[in-house]
Amino acid sequence: MIFTLVRIELMKIFRKWRTYIGFIAIGILVPLLHLAMYLEGQNSIDFVTRGLRESFILVGNLLNGYWISYIILNALTIHIPFLITLVAADLLAGEATAGTYRILVTRPVSRMQIVTSKFIAGMIYTGSLILWLAVMSLVVGLIIFGSGELIVAGSQAIIIFDKSDVLWRFFLAYGFGILSMSVVCSLAILFSSLVENAIGPIVSTMAIIIIFIILSAFDVAILRELKPYLFTNYILSWREFFNDPLDLTEIAKSVLILSGHIILFFTATSFIFYKKDILS
Amino acid sequence: MNSSETVIEISGLSKRFKEVLAVNEVEFKVHKGDVFGFLGPNGAGKSTTIRMILSLISPTAGSIKIFGKSLNENRKEILTNIGAIVEKPDFYLYLPAIKNLEILAKISGKEISKKRILELLELVGLKDRAKSKVKTFSHGMKQRLGIAQALLHNPELIVLDEPTTGLDPQGVKEIRDLIIHLSKEENKTIFLSSHVLSEIELVANRMLIINKGSKVVEGEVNQLLSSKTLKVTIEVENVETAKKVLESTRWNNQIESITGKKFSINMENKDIPEVNKYLVENGVMVNALVPVRSLEDYFLTITAGVK
Repeated sequence: MIFTLVRIELMKIFRKWRTYIGFIAIGILVPLLHLAMYLEGQNSIDFVTRGLRESFILVGNLLNGYWISYIILNALTIHIPFLITLVAADLLAGEATAGTYRILVTRPVSRMQIVTSKFIAGMIYTGSLILWLAVMSLVVGLIIFGSGELIVAGSQAIIIFDKSDVLWRFFLAYGFGILSMSVVCSLAILFSSLVENAIGPIVSTMAIIIIFIILSAFDVAILRELKPYLFTNYILSWREFFNDPLDLTEIAKSVLILSGHIILFFTATSFIFYKKDILS
Repeated sequence: MNSSETVIEISGLSKRFKEVLAVNEVEFKVHKGDVFGFLGPNGAGKSTTIRMILSLISPTAGSIKIFGKSLNENRKEILTNIGAIVEKPDFYLYLPAIKNLEILAKISGKEISKKRILELLELVGLKDRAKSKVKTFSHGMKQRLGIAQALLHNPELIVLDEPTTGLDPQGVKEIRDLIIHLSKEENKTIFLSSHVLSEIELVANRMLIINKGSKVVEGEVNQLLSSKTLKVTIEVENVETAKKVLESTRWNNQIESITGKKFSINMENKDIPEVNKYLVENGVMVNALVPVRSLEDYFLTITAGVK
């Protein structure tokens, strides 16, 4: 039954116009970024490598598809969460707004199955949006700019990856991106279970993300202690895949914390929805 | 299951929303084959009770047994055999009618063929609009689609919460005929809520009246209604003559209002032919005799009797 429900949820998601806002936004924004990089990208590369050029001679194609994809992946902080929230916040609240809870919950399916199917469908949507981002930024970027060495400015050093050593890092980074964006999706579904209109969950989810990011940005002792408990702190941990050597402990910690958040939000949503009186 | 078997058994059912006691220790039974009228004014607790029967909301106290089993413990099994319309019919507006039914068919717990879906669309007169998005449907069409989704899995029990709300007279008649068909021809048990007494009177064999969350009366429709006072509007050629003729009768004090050629008298059902005969025998030309029994009037009679 759960597969049937997931299929139905996916059909509902992909039959709605709002679902395509994210795909269209990425489809417009990423080519615009490509264009901007095509025109101005060399200046950015020169800025990043200005220190290096004093001591080394840099050869090869540094303004390549990998570098542009790396820049675009930073959109995972705010922009992509917003596009995910647009759909995820509507998953439960949308049923309340439309009054369709009544035809759904009076069928012989458990509320747990309904919530589970919504979570799975929401995550599939999240995954598809990140994959679309990957196609638009990495695949299209490689077609336009070609491949080359990836130059990454870390906190303590500048690392240059050989072009044969990059692709697998992107696969893992996008995979991690799907996980971190699934936390955003789960949080939006949790808020969605509390209300009867999707606007509230969209605003609440984005407000939490922005507040957490601001709190993370302040380097004050009391907030420093709070940092490990803010999930937004781990959203950009995909950057760990562009470290040499890989800090596997840090990556595993981030994966566990983000997965823990998904489980926590799922459990809370299931409990709320199980107890919920359907009055809409 | 034979006809004396209980399909719904409600005991001590209560629901409290913070300060408001929406349903207060309601008890009743619905037997197999019944068309059970669940009557009450707006805000009486009908929809809350129905939502509890369909597990949309959880009771604060009391128990619900359907098909002899506890709803709480056998929810899925029970819902496999219930079809329902709760308040207004809502669907996924961005999907065609047939897609909505296909979705619901897949989660109805029974194998439902596409042929069955098309048959139901034909039954409710929507076969030609099967591929139209529900957002293009009128209220009446949505209500008919609501009936189709309730019948989709051929349930034993059909719960209809105010199914004629917002329908034109033709639509009301169609729903009424469908209820009679389902009851008589297909032997379904029907739980029908309404705030219109005449609607219940025409189709139900048993009924319960609920007010302010509490049960007021329950029983056979014929027995409950036959002994109670009706308001009868009588249209005559000369209302003054009629008044004079009735002056010496026991009905004189029951005259309620006079408007043009019409006047209203409160009387029992059995008195109607007698009044008609009396007026005609005394030279009054009677054009029409229309009994009107509003829920409010009946309800006042019932509560007056209780006091």
